[in-house]
Amino acid sequence: MNRRLRAHGSRLTAWTATGLATLVALLIGSATAFTQGKADRSHPPALGPAPRLAVPPIQKRTLANGLPVWIVEQHEVPLVQVNLVIFAGSGDDPANAFGLASFTAAMLDEGAGTRSALQIADEVEFLGASLGTTSSFDSSAVRLNVPVRQLRPALALMADVALRPTFPPAEVERLRQERLTALLQAKDDAASVAPLAFARVVFGTTHRYGTAASGTAATLKATTAAQMREFHSARYKPSNATLIVAGDVTAAAVLPQLEAAFGAWPAAAAPARTAVPTARQLTAGQLTIVDMPSAEQSQIRIGWVGVPRSTADYFPLLVLNTILGGSFTSRLNQNLREEHGYAYGASSRFDMRLSAGAFQAGAGVQTDKTADALREFFKELKGIAEPVGAEELAKAKNYVALSFPGEFETITDLTAHLEEMAIYKLPDTYFSQYIANVQAVTAAAVQKAAATYIQPDKFAVVVVGDRKTIEAGVRALNLAPVRTQTVDEVLP
Amino acid sequence: MRTAVLVVALFPAVLAAQSGTPRKLEVPYRQFQLPNGLNVIMHRDTSVPIVAVNVWYHVGSANERPGRTGFAHLFEHLMFEGSKNVKEGEFDNLLESAGGDNNGSTTNDRTNYVDDVPANALELALFLESDRMAYLLDTMSPERVNGQRDVVKNERRQSYENRPYGMASIELDKMLWPANHPYSWPTIGYMEDLTAASHDDVVQFFKKYYAPNNASLVIAGDIDYDKTKALVEKWFGEVPKGEPVEPIAPPAAVLTSVKRQTMTDRVRLSKLFIAWLTPRVFDPGDAALDVTSSVLAGGKNSRLYKRLVYDTQMAQDVEATQQSGPLGSSFVIETTVRPGHTVAEVQKAIDEELAKLRQEPPSAREVQRALNQIEASFYRRMQRVGSFGGKADQLNSYFYAGGGPDYFAEDLARYTSLSASDVQAAAARWLPPDRRVELTVNPEDKK
Repeated sequence: MNRRLRAHGSRLTAWTATGLATLVALLIGSATAFTQGKADRSHPPALGPAPRLAVPPIQKRTLANGLPVWIVEQHEVPLVQVNLVIFAGSGDDPANAFGLASFTAAMLDEGAGTRSALQIADEVEFLGASLGTTSSFDSSAVRLNVPVRQLRPALALMADVALRPTFPPAEVERLRQERLTALLQAKDDAASVAPLAFARVVFGTTHRYGTAASGTAATLKATTAAQMREFHSARYKPSNATLIVAGDVTAAAVLPQLEAAFGAWPAAAAPARTAVPTARQLTAGQLTIVDMPSAEQSQIRIGWVGVPRSTADYFPLLVLNTILGGSFTSRLNQNLREEHGYAYGASSRFDMRLSAGAFQAGAGVQTDKTADALREFFKELKGIAEPVGAEELAKAKNYVALSFPGEFETITDLTAHLEEMAIYKLPDTYFSQYIANVQAVTAAAVQKAAATYIQPDKFAVVVVGDRKTIEAGVRALNLAPVRTQTVDEVLP
Repeated sequence: MRTAVLVVALFPAVLAAQSGTPRKLEVPYRQFQLPNGLNVIMHRDTSVPIVAVNVWYHVGSANERPGRTGFAHLFEHLMFEGSKNVKEGEFDNLLESAGGDNNGSTTNDRTNYVDDVPANALELALFLESDRMAYLLDTMSPERVNGQRDVVKNERRQSYENRPYGMASIELDKMLWPANHPYSWPTIGYMEDLTAASHDDVVQFFKKYYAPNNASLVIAGDIDYDKTKALVEKWFGEVPKGEPVEPIAPPAAVLTSVKRQTMTDRVRLSKLFIAWLTPRVFDPGDAALDVTSSVLAGGKNSRLYKRLVYDTQMAQDVEATQQSGPLGSSFVIETTVRPGHTVAEVQKAIDEELAKLRQEPPSAREVQRALNQIEASFYRRMQRVGSFGGKADQLNSYFYAGGGPDYFAEDLARYTSLSASDVQAAAARWLPPDRRVELTVNPEDKK
């Protein structure tokens, strides 16, 4: 049983930065000799200056076919992580084929080159490797983590999976059934229904962000192997990808291996990306109750269309969200959990994508406190418009800035941040400027961001819970017009 | 490699052909004990300028008494609510202001607390941890207990009542263990017991279990050994020693027949659990059952996955886990039945596969595949010093288990020394068809 909740994201999704600081240990705080007396506990010990962060160099290279390669050496543990990130994701799905990018990525290791799905799995596991294929709204990726001594054979497997998938009909049908069954199962779980219902309310059924990355049952049934083959051959190109390597390798030694595995991938142009259009912003409050009979908790989501990752307000929003719902001591968590005990935890986040994703605040609250919890949510969402005090601001900035190095202990985390840099074309100075950018955020900037991006009277509210118990109390709040839906209506 | 954090080891089984003599998996440490009985373990790793402060109290839900289940975990929540010199809310405020993160967790057997801080905030973390170890009760109040009681009840609702199949694990433990065995009740506790927990219970529990002699402290990361030792002495030296804690003497747990039960949930698909009582953690058979779980349900080629999910597609998923504990373990197979198929069909296929494994050793490839995965996982766990499962937490775990903090190589050797016939023998001895628990969860309208 963990004390903390990490249910639906306690931070901005777009974490970026650097790590691997190699630094002198600055053990401040005097190391006084042990005596029989007691320590002076009248004040917490002084911290002294924070350790300096040394930014790890990203060694940028290019393979003969034009594939960019980024390498970060990390020699602590004899492992290496290799991520091939493709700049195509669910945001690139055709309007009539939601779920295509996701299904395509899932099929990559279900048959590739001359190997079957079972052979690929057997060989990967035998190498002690983990090889994953995945996609998000903005990108797709093949990710390998492997003991460094097995890098060469693992790279050969990875290249087959990424470049030469075969989309065998039997495997397509198997995965189709698996994904349809997963959609069915999601309907059992209020915590799964709530974000999907919320996205549908905020973005609608035609905007890509209004539907799960994996699509709907109808689109899943209609997707063909031919569509996947075409999506793969058009989008998975060296000019539309970046290869990211971190771990116990040197650039000089690993480059020939990368060239051997990926060099034969023919250079070709990928079609230009059509950006997901910016969703129409909500203009009036609305509240949807999705009935989950007998549920012991109500899953609440509140928000509207937020910002794209390219927003100029990235750092003020990072700090703002930390104060509002992005940390344990954030206002939402302190109110809903610590002050009232309505929830195990409450949080908020901005989903920043190539186009504007949602801002959402949320929690799972006990059924009989649903209306009370909504009232408290709105109290905090409105309250953030007031100027933030100096101490609260400093705490949030320090929390974000000073915890920075911990994000980069593992090569898996490190490469995830490098992927983000590649996908959103962040500047080379992004890592080195990160802490300074956080610390430069002023109270005025936070207040301005709050006024712009947190306008509770226009927010959509989704409550997934036991309608017969909660509806009267929720209506009595008079927050906004209320409509009710079934789970099957919000997850067709 | 900047420092001798980890003697780079190779993978004996995988790499024997490529490498020379395999070197040892090692996490260097220094250890000392304070006069009050607190055991302290330090490990230096300067790869990132952070420090993990990790405290284990050797108490968990197994120490609870009937009528007060869930108390160890509720108590864990109260540890964050302030102590004599740390006002309510300040524990988190001070750490976040320093760029630190913190958390705690409770299992049947222990309670752990983690503070991951920038290296300059080590002393702050030691101040906070020592203050609650020494002076928690000074500011404890019934109101604080009430506040966290509500939070914990909501944690239970979120993780059990309102999660699909969430109540099954509670039911399964009730079926597996005798009623007076401490693993028979859930760590999260029964709702009525959470309601009954009192401020007086908190006082008694703290005095009995939260003494330095019943705890161990690991500090790992960008530290100087001598300075860190002096800081530990400064902050923890004054914590009063407590009475020794009597070891738990659980009643014997043996299954003598097949116990069957069916329950319902608000779900669309049926789930089947089959479970056995198995050897304690680190006892003979424990590691072999980990490998058995991998042979049965680790990856596409594993026997149950391939048959149920890949070939026949009568199941959506299948998992097999050896859940190891110091007072006993259980081996659980869990599978979700696809629409159009029945629990009986799936169970028959599972039983056929189990019968095969009991009669015949797995292939060398199956075992080696599992071992190579296990070896790689040991290295993946070497990257992080903090958080749950980082090096600090692992050092504490091995220390508590009794083999010494740096038990990594010995633990790995438990696996690499196994043969295919060990796996067969474990399946035959510990996963019999006639002494086990079978729990089916059906959709409510199916009854």
